[in-house]
Order: sequence, then structure tokens, then C-alpha cells
Amino acid sequence: MSGKPKLHYFNGRGRMETIRWLLAAAGVEFEEVFLETRDDLLRLQKSGDLMFQQVPMVEIDGMKMVETRAILNYIAAKHNLYGKDLKERALIDMYVESIVDLNDLVMRAPFQPADNKEQYFANTVDKATNRYFPAYEKALKDHGQGFLVGNQLSRADVHLLESLLMAEELKPDILAKFPLLQSFKARISNVPTIKKFLQPGSQRKPPLQEKDLPKVMKIFH
Amino acid sequence: MAGKPKLYYFDGRGKMESIRWLLSAAGVEFEEQFLTTREQYEKLLQDGSLMFQQVPMVEIDGMKMVQTRAILNYIAAKHNLYGKDLKERALIDMYVGGTDDLMTFIIKFPFLPAEDKEKELAHIIQKATGRYFPAYEKVLKDHGQDFLVGNCLSWADVHLLEAILMVEEKKSDVLSAFPRLQAFKANISSIPAIKKFVEPGSQRKPVPDDKYVETVRKVLRL
Repeated sequence: MSGKPKLHYFNGRGRMETIRWLLAAAGVEFEEVFLETRDDLLRLQKSGDLMFQQVPMVEIDGMKMVETRAILNYIAAKHNLYGKDLKERALIDMYVESIVDLNDLVMRAPFQPADNKEQYFANTVDKATNRYFPAYEKALKDHGQGFLVGNQLSRADVHLLESLLMAEELKPDILAKFPLLQSFKARISNVPTIKKFLQPGSQRKPPLQEKDLPKVMKIFH
Repeated sequence: MAGKPKLYYFDGRGKMESIRWLLSAAGVEFEEQFLTTREQYEKLLQDGSLMFQQVPMVEIDGMKMVQTRAILNYIAAKHNLYGKDLKERALIDMYVGGTDDLMTFIIKFPFLPAEDKEKELAHIIQKATGRYFPAYEKVLKDHGQDFLVGNCLSWADVHLLEAILMVEEKKSDVLSAFPRLQAFKANISSIPAIKKFVEPGSQRKPVPDDKYVETVRKVLRL
């Protein structure tokens, strides 16, 4: 028996956070092995467990999976969070991939040099409020269901909630012009497994603090 | 009836090239609408055809699909190039993730300032020969089969061939230390649909040049 999935990453959000969210939403318990130092990463690379010498890596169902998308695709499909057919899947993928783009923007904000921070922030808010949020607001409006795709929870809903909350951490009133996204956020936050994940004491990780930046950079660079 | 898929992009490789490869490997004929002016792009925006204001966009089976990965996933699944079960799919996704990372370096390359190109080229070759090619060489060695996953052609094979050819364009002997990848390249290239795509006269696009970069910058106002 393979047991619980085991996540290998540093003790922070990064690219692993979306995987934590999806496992939690699916009601799957998981364990975590944290990389604390550069030596921890080097040791893992030398072990041959990282196909492309990179983390995230997730031990799951007898596999040592790498590549964030691959891991998420597998979890979503396994736990019926990937739509009921090819067309629903296509729609989910379109939303999910755009959310990846948006998250990338938001995630990189703390890593910007001081002289670029303000412009970067402005650009991120602009993209969020003029490109991405309008598309999701329209999708919810046109679809008229509680969920982005189909009539049940999918990974698209989980990833979007994660993204909305991260965007609000960047700018608390960022959803001001998006009433459907606000009600979506409230509704999906109340899904029992997700509600549990949002409470203190879960395996959800806090946003990266400025003081932790040097430590993270040291592990990966 | 849905008709042939229609690809909206610049007349060049970029992010659309992997989609052209996959459609061709699947034996699917497709049409192309090339963006050459800002006005064409703005019209697509105004029509609401681009969900996130970006290309690639592919009209396929009644959908206006955007997001390269979404489009590739759909084509692969529809044409039985995505493995026979979840575990094969997981392997394919992992392998495609690696080749995607490698090809992304090359896609960005033409847009770099001239003074950064030499260093980046060295970086690409180092990543290809030090990280990615060894991983795929090992996969082929470990199972001894001709295809990466499930002993039959999948998206992973098509994507890897595309990546190999792209890197070889930058350094022609880059496969010298990888005998199995050399055999793989020969095998996959000889599959009729792929052989046809690699020959002159197909819809495969050439190595991006300055004109391509200029067009992209003009249309997208970068």
C-alpha cells in the first residue's frame, strides 16, 4: 500500500501550494518533507528521485511525480475534479492555465528589486482586474451555476479560489468591481474540505515574508 | 459540422508550433489565420474571440480554445495520444513538462537583446545536455522500448522530437552523447504523418528570424 502522498518542497507556498490546495479540497491527507537548506536539495537531486532535478516532487501511488501540472492533472483526474468529459476538461484547462499565469505574476511580486516593485505591483493589479477577473466574472455570469464548469466542484473552482485569496493579500479591495467573484469566493470557501483547509492549523502555508526571502533564495540558487 | 481546426497566430513558431506538430502527428488537417497587423489583433479582441486577450487561439469542435496547454491536452486526448490510463497520462504529463520547459528557453531566445544571446545559448545547451536529454535517455534505456510511454506513440514522443530538432538547430551535434535519443529521433521521424510534417512544403514553420520578432512586437505592442 502506498499510503498518504508525500510532498517534497520547502516550507512555504511556491509551486507546491496549489497541490496542497487540491489535495485538501479532494479530502486527501498528505505528509510533507521540507527542504531547509541547499544541501537538502542537493541530496534529493543526487538520489535520482527528481527526474529533472527540480521540486515540487510528490510521492503518490508508487510514483515519484515531478512537474506541477502533471501532479495536479493526476490528482484532479483521480478525484473527479477534472470535469465529466473532454469538453468540460478543455474549459477547465483554459481557466486553470490562465490562473497559472495570474499566480505567476502575483507570486513573483516579493522577489522584485526595490526599484521595480511599484511598477510590477501596478502591472499585476492591472492584469488581474482588466484581463483575468473580467473573464471569470463573465464565465460565472454566462454559466449561471455556482461553479465555473459543469454543475459540480472542479479543480478550476479550487484554483480560482486560491488565486483570488492571493490577489486579495496583494491588494485587499481587488475584488471590489466583481460581485460574482465575491459571492463565488464566499461559496467555495464554505465547501467543507476547503473550509477546513482555510482554518488555522491546516497545512496551508502563509505568504512569503520579506525576512524569509534570503533563506529561500539560498536553497534554490 | 465543425470543419478543420483553425489556428490564429503569427506566421512563425512561437507557442503555436507544438500545436501544429501535434495536429500533424495526429493526421489532422488544419487551417491557419496569420496575424500580421495590429488591426487584426484588435479585431479579435473586440470580437471577444480571445478569452484572455492572448494567442494562440484555435477554433476547434465549436470552441475558441486559448491557452497552449489546454489546446494540446484536448488534441492529445481526442486523438488517443494521451496514454491509455491515468498512470500513463501522468508519465506523459511529466515528460511533456520537461520538454516544454526546455523549449520555452528557445521560444524566448529570439526576443533577447543581442548581447545576451551568446550566454543564453550556452545555458540552453547546458540544460539540454545536462538535465533534459539525460532524463529521456534514461527512460528509453530503462524500458528498452521505442516510445516513451506505453509502447506506442504518444504526445510525449512528438513533443520530445520537436524539442530535439529545435536544440539541434542551435548545435547540430547535441545528441552525440545520447545514442538512444538518436535512435528515437530516427524512429519517430519515420512515422508517416510526422515524416510528412518534417518535409519541406508542410505547415511547419522555420527558425524564427528578425522579421518574425518585429511582427510579434508590432502586433502585440511589446
